[in-house]
Amino acid sequence: MIDVVPAARPTPRSPGELLRAFSVLALQGFGGVLPVAQRELVERRQWLSRDQFVETLSIGQVLPGPNVVNMALIIGDRFFGWRGAFAALAGLLALPLLIVMTLAVLYTRFSAEPLVAGALRGMGAVAAGLIIATACKLLPTLGRNPLGRVLCALALLATLATVAGLRWPMVYAVLGIGGVTVAAAWWRLGRAT
Amino acid sequence: MSFGHADWWALFAHFLGMSMLAIGGALATAPDIHRYIVDERHWLDDSQFSASIALAQAAPGPNLLFVPVIGYAVAGFGGAALALAGMLIPSTTLALAVSRWGSKRRENRGVRAFVAGMAPITIGLLLTSGGLLAWPLARQPAAWLLIAATVLVMLKTKINPVWLMAGGAAAGMAGWV
Repeated sequence: MIDVVPAARPTPRSPGELLRAFSVLALQGFGGVLPVAQRELVERRQWLSRDQFVETLSIGQVLPGPNVVNMALIIGDRFFGWRGAFAALAGLLALPLLIVMTLAVLYTRFSAEPLVAGALRGMGAVAAGLIIATACKLLPTLGRNPLGRVLCALALLATLATVAGLRWPMVYAVLGIGGVTVAAAWWRLGRAT
Repeated sequence: MSFGHADWWALFAHFLGMSMLAIGGALATAPDIHRYIVDERHWLDDSQFSASIALAQAAPGPNLLFVPVIGYAVAGFGGAALALAGMLIPSTTLALAVSRWGSKRRENRGVRAFVAGMAPITIGLLLTSGGLLAWPLARQPAAWLLIAATVLVMLKTKINPVWLMAGGAAAGMAGWV
């Protein structure tokens, strides 16, 4: 576990310090925690190099489950095994959960108020914009995808058509379209080498 | 609405499934959660579903926290706990089991093919999630303006999204949206 952390690099002293660090970064993350995680863990605390961060992120993306949660688990596990993994996870979730549930309780109590209902409608529009913007920021990464632009565009449109248009359960779209694209990527990666 | 044993189990089971399908982030599962909770089970309506996601986006922390908020809207604190547990247990177990395996094999052809193959699908699911939130507002031109402005600001500036949320809340309270 310690082999991935060079001796010169600062490390968290205890699972408690991991818990505090993840709490601090989670509380700064509005609309996603990843950019804050990069700043805190790589630039400020220097527990991970930039490469280690990217590597951890890419493992977190291969695994199912929320990316940031997977990343917290993997980083915690590297430093302190199971205890570290759960300390990082608890730090990431505990305080934000408390805040969001307080908001949810307040919202159910006051949802009949026209001002509250209006505020939530406006925030819903912004939330839609935030998610669409995230998707737009990811689009250029498809240019480097071994599938090539045409296949990427087809897969994206097929996902939209089946999940948004036909309202298929996501599992069919992911297994059906994903099965084809992963196989195609496998074939193209093999041909490239 | 009465929420029986079978309903609790169904809620939990759906999020157990979502946990394993959440490739590329928790928000990519929003369309399927909507399909099940709103279209199939009628536990929430469109505006309750949108409000749950908007609340979670307005609070700090990981995106996946929209899951317990939806659980709470469906069935109170018990629903929140079950939804969050369902969303975390399968993927967390798997992540701990295979993280050391994966870090040694990230150059592996199979792993790279998986990441590459899933990328366009993740983006498609994210666009669907955004569209889902926009849909109930589709008949309001002011809402389109607000959505477009948000996308533009997020792409062109590094402003913290919490300010956009505050602006959206103000626009809604003023009755523009």
